[in-house]
Amino acid sequence: MTANAQTMSVPMTSAPDSVSDRLRKRASRHMKERVIEFILFSAASISVLTTAAIVYILVSESLTLFEHVSLWDFLTDTQWTPLFDDAHYGIMVLLSGTLTSSFVALAVALPLGTIIAIWLSEFASFRTREIAKPILELLGGVPTIIYGYFALMVVTPALQYLFPELPGFSLLSAGLVMGIMIIPYVSSLSEDAMRAVPMSLREGSYAMGATRLQTALRTVVPAATSGIASAYILGISRAVGETMILAVAAGMQPNLTFNPAEPGATITSYIVQVALGDLPHGSIGYQTIFAAGLTLMLMTLCFNLLGYYMRKRFREVY
Amino acid sequence: MMTTATEVRSQAKAEVQNLNFHYGAFHALKGINMPVHEKKVTALIGPSGCGKSTLLRCFNRMHDLYPGNRYEGKILLHPDNTNLLDDDVDPIEVRMRISMVFQKPNPFPKSIYENVAYGLRVRGEKRRSVIDERVEQALRGAALWDEVKHRLNELGANLSGGQQQRLCIARALATDPEIILFDEPTSALDPIATASIEELVTELKDKVTILIVTHNMQQAARVSDYTAYMYMGELVEFGLTDQIFIKPQKKETEDYITGRFG
Repeated sequence: MTANAQTMSVPMTSAPDSVSDRLRKRASRHMKERVIEFILFSAASISVLTTAAIVYILVSESLTLFEHVSLWDFLTDTQWTPLFDDAHYGIMVLLSGTLTSSFVALAVALPLGTIIAIWLSEFASFRTREIAKPILELLGGVPTIIYGYFALMVVTPALQYLFPELPGFSLLSAGLVMGIMIIPYVSSLSEDAMRAVPMSLREGSYAMGATRLQTALRTVVPAATSGIASAYILGISRAVGETMILAVAAGMQPNLTFNPAEPGATITSYIVQVALGDLPHGSIGYQTIFAAGLTLMLMTLCFNLLGYYMRKRFREVY
Repeated sequence: MMTTATEVRSQAKAEVQNLNFHYGAFHALKGINMPVHEKKVTALIGPSGCGKSTLLRCFNRMHDLYPGNRYEGKILLHPDNTNLLDDDVDPIEVRMRISMVFQKPNPFPKSIYENVAYGLRVRGEKRRSVIDERVEQALRGAALWDEVKHRLNELGANLSGGQQQRLCIARALATDPEIILFDEPTSALDPIATASIEELVTELKDKVTILIVTHNMQQAARVSDYTAYMYMGELVEFGLTDQIFIKPQKKETEDYITGRFG
């Protein structure tokens, strides 16, 4: 009887128990959720905090430079000689090197990258594409220091053969090789964008009697505009931020010029030069690299914003 | 009876002769023979996978876009008796003469105007006045002109589904084709848009020969003059639509049409 009553009572008493059990479980589940949420949040914060810290360092360190140099001089002076007795801090000088070398690189990478993307996406057979694309992407994996030496030892002599008056270091040769380095970034992303264009659009174009080239240029490329634009922006950011090729092959003389046939220093190669040199920390010369870095960062920020705008503006709804 | 007699005498615009089609190892169309009558609507019906869309896409050599496809037999296009499937015939030439409207509206990522002008531009037409005129004509032909005449520069994709499909019809009309192929043109549309497309198809047959694939038997009965019933890659029965729907000759056709099968 008692045994029976006990067994009977088990479900009876355990019913309210199980409710509190459930509550406890829910509480522990809630705790677990909170912990996971916290871990995810921290992971996300790391990148945000890092960015904020970088900006803070760049701005605060630059400010100490601007205590000695007026912003106006920084932007308009035509000489960059922070290490001389007669010091000048004209960022234009470095900027001209960055812009000139980037222009040369993009003049190579954007047209070639686009043509390669169109060929891969619309003309190459499946097998060819499967072989060609990874090989092309390999180009992007070559360490840039190797490209730098390639520019210095192969491309510069070759260019000198054509133009004997070309100096041993030049923005042209560094820019050309930088362009080759950027090609896979442009072509790979553009090709992805073109391949994402639905087949029904291509069929529509072919059904109108269009040739392959007409279909590629009149339908696929316009439909992939937003993706191609982001590929271009990425290419531009790569060109502006590239360091080693320029440090090795462009010479490091600050030189206010837009002539690619001259040697020049870029913002990035100047930062490398100073950071590796033996300037004492805290000297004005050393502070200049923060101002240069800030300029670079503002430039890439602008390109990123432009890319964001382009993606939104030209996003295609299929 | 009178109408039947005259319709039988109407000329064939195209003739399918002993057509076989293979997707790689899959024999998708088996010995198809049928005429396509000029300025009439011919409907292709049958259950899913019967090969009706495959047959339609032979007419503009759409299968050439994908590797591993093989045609055998002929599709003769009159009056010049060109075999559309001949290896020497350029598929682009074929598509210049035969337009197509797809299952899902697929306007190009361009303005309404440029969508309709596409075929003309592809053919090298550069004169603005000619293109303007043809675009208006085509949009009127597709019963879309009044709705879009004030916003020709807006994106085609901003139109409603039914309008987009009429835009695709206008696009197909602009190049003055001899045949227009419709591949289930209303399957992605609501009933009202469907009715307007059906009305349009009926109007268009005064000007152009139409071949339409449809899933919907009532649609075939409403819009077509001739009907072909296909099953498993074979043409089971071809005839006047009235005859197919009222007095089919074959048991399989009757089963499909009365809904006992498929």
